[in-house]
Amino acid sequence: MKIRNYWNLRDFGANLWENASRPKRVAIALISIGFVALLPFMGASFLATPIASYDAVLVYPVGMFVLMSLGLNIVVGKSGMLDLGYVAFFAIGAYTMAILGTTTKLNTWEVMPIGIALSMIAGVLLGIPTLRLRGDYLAIVTLGFGEIVRLVLLNSSWSKGPNGIANVPMPPNIGPLKFELENQKVFFWVVMAMILLTIWMIRRLTVRRPGRAWEAIRQDEDAAELMGVHTLKYKIWSFTLGAAVGGAAGVLYASKNLYIAPEMFTLNVSILILACVVFGGIGNIWGVVIGATILGYLPDRIRFISDARLLVFGLVLVIVMNFRPDGLLPRKKREKAIVKREANA
Amino acid sequence: MFEVLIDQFWSLTIAGVALGFIYVLVSLGYTMVYGVLRMINFANSEIFMWGTFGTIITSRDIFGYTQTSAPATGPKLALVLISQLLMSMAVAGLTAVFVEYVAYRRLRAKGTNRLATLISAIGISIVLSELMRLLTDSRPVGSPRVLEKIILGEVWGANLRLDTIVTIFAAAGIYFLLERFVKLSRMGKAIRAVSMNEDAAKLMGVNLNRVITTTFLVGGLATGAAAFFYITVFEYTKFNIGFTMGMAAFTAAVLGGIGNIRGAFYGGLFLGLLEVYASAVLGTQWKAVTVFIVLVLVLLFKPNGLFGEAVQTTRA
Repeated sequence: MKIRNYWNLRDFGANLWENASRPKRVAIALISIGFVALLPFMGASFLATPIASYDAVLVYPVGMFVLMSLGLNIVVGKSGMLDLGYVAFFAIGAYTMAILGTTTKLNTWEVMPIGIALSMIAGVLLGIPTLRLRGDYLAIVTLGFGEIVRLVLLNSSWSKGPNGIANVPMPPNIGPLKFELENQKVFFWVVMAMILLTIWMIRRLTVRRPGRAWEAIRQDEDAAELMGVHTLKYKIWSFTLGAAVGGAAGVLYASKNLYIAPEMFTLNVSILILACVVFGGIGNIWGVVIGATILGYLPDRIRFISDARLLVFGLVLVIVMNFRPDGLLPRKKREKAIVKREANA
Repeated sequence: MFEVLIDQFWSLTIAGVALGFIYVLVSLGYTMVYGVLRMINFANSEIFMWGTFGTIITSRDIFGYTQTSAPATGPKLALVLISQLLMSMAVAGLTAVFVEYVAYRRLRAKGTNRLATLISAIGISIVLSELMRLLTDSRPVGSPRVLEKIILGEVWGANLRLDTIVTIFAAAGIYFLLERFVKLSRMGKAIRAVSMNEDAAKLMGVNLNRVITTTFLVGGLATGAAAFFYITVFEYTKFNIGFTMGMAAFTAAVLGGIGNIRGAFYGGLFLGLLEVYASAVLGTQWKAVTVFIVLVLVLLFKPNGLFGEAVQTTRA
């Protein structure tokens, strides 16, 4: 197929991928993975972030934002449910790690499945009653849920209230790879592995039954139900998978940051993650990755205007949304047309 | 556990009603915009915050009050209070129109998805709050006391403080005026027509852009009035004060049935009382949790709100 428009990055990339043979695809994937893995060594180039340590910025916010945005993208992008309380799952994962890590002998990798399981349980518990609601109402309930989780953490004694939990253990070393505070390259590689795993999971699910069910639900929930899609079940699945990714990110965040407090899990984080998803191009994995990378990285890159950086961030959101309302890398036209019709109805 | 509630029931009730009326006015900013656009006006919390600064600037910089100067009396008091109120409403109203113009209009003309508009509104609210943070150096700003907090009398063991009484009556009056405006005026009729059926309203010759701008303006004016009362009672503001207020007012709007002006009235009062009682029974730190749990329960069992008529059916 001839590439008509070099400026349309999404079609350009999709064509490149579709026309490539299998070995070529493997090569493209390996080269891109290798390139991303080498990113932490490029701290001396123009990518460098003033003030904040470049390695640390790559792990949090950039890596974590990408991971969480991918998780949220399952909920918002794939199945079209607006979730404004995503930070709750991140908080549940982080507090699982912090409490189990400080009170028991479990290490990060052993806590990881527990943290994921707890966030998934929270996802199901929240999902069963609330996922009957639609649109803005769902957004409000999830927003309320996120705030409830934060306020409970803030006011309970087992979570040490506003003081937060300190001395969360670092992950144990994997062979020669050492986790250190000053040198966070290994953390970056772990986040990258988790991101790849999530992308792989989403891509697998998208082409199978759940993916098709989500797509049907996103386009027209009533029609999907009439066609025999068990909508509530698949909505809960989507919600729970998103929660699992958020929980995993939380576990890693707690053991990377060594200290967590309720003020790290405000509504602003949920909104920022949602902004990443919409900014990059909702529903499109690569758009989300790019959006989260830019929004995670930008505030630290422009720290030289230190005080005004959030102001610039807000302006960027307004401007990009006004001129590219479907995000930087939107999903395919065919899918988009349907969303538009819905919005006008 | 309930002693405090029983002991101070009436004074809590008065405080709750005053707080409730502030919520009523702020939630009008959410509910009116939602009624017309079916979209959450995310920047309303920042509009409120700008209104509080408008109030303080009037008394501090225009009339030259300081933290130590004596409260005003007589005609001077009325003059200062009314100009504070008008200034606050003007600042908030203009901010609301600005928000509509920058964040909503272009996207609406394109007819694109709602999420893009939501993010654009979030962007503009970040801009508004950050701008104020830079202007105030992240410091809280106290308001000079203009209205002396005299205790007027006692009812059932509860003190009637001048500022709460003024807030209750004046806020109720402003709410009443706005409600009349939407009910009776030509523009109000157009607003209601658009919120019932946008396409039919357009066919009947309603100028959609003007209706939407007016809706934002009216919502902003109500929010600005609330900001003035808030400053009169609490005498303090900060660049991030909008967040808590916005959440509470939004909850109030949903409780009453969002998109419905009556609903904002009941929802705001209910929430004000609930917050005050809940903090007396459970302690202040659980106040917000109670509010959210009630919100979630209401949405689950009565998604159209506690008091509102079924919004969906009036619009269908």
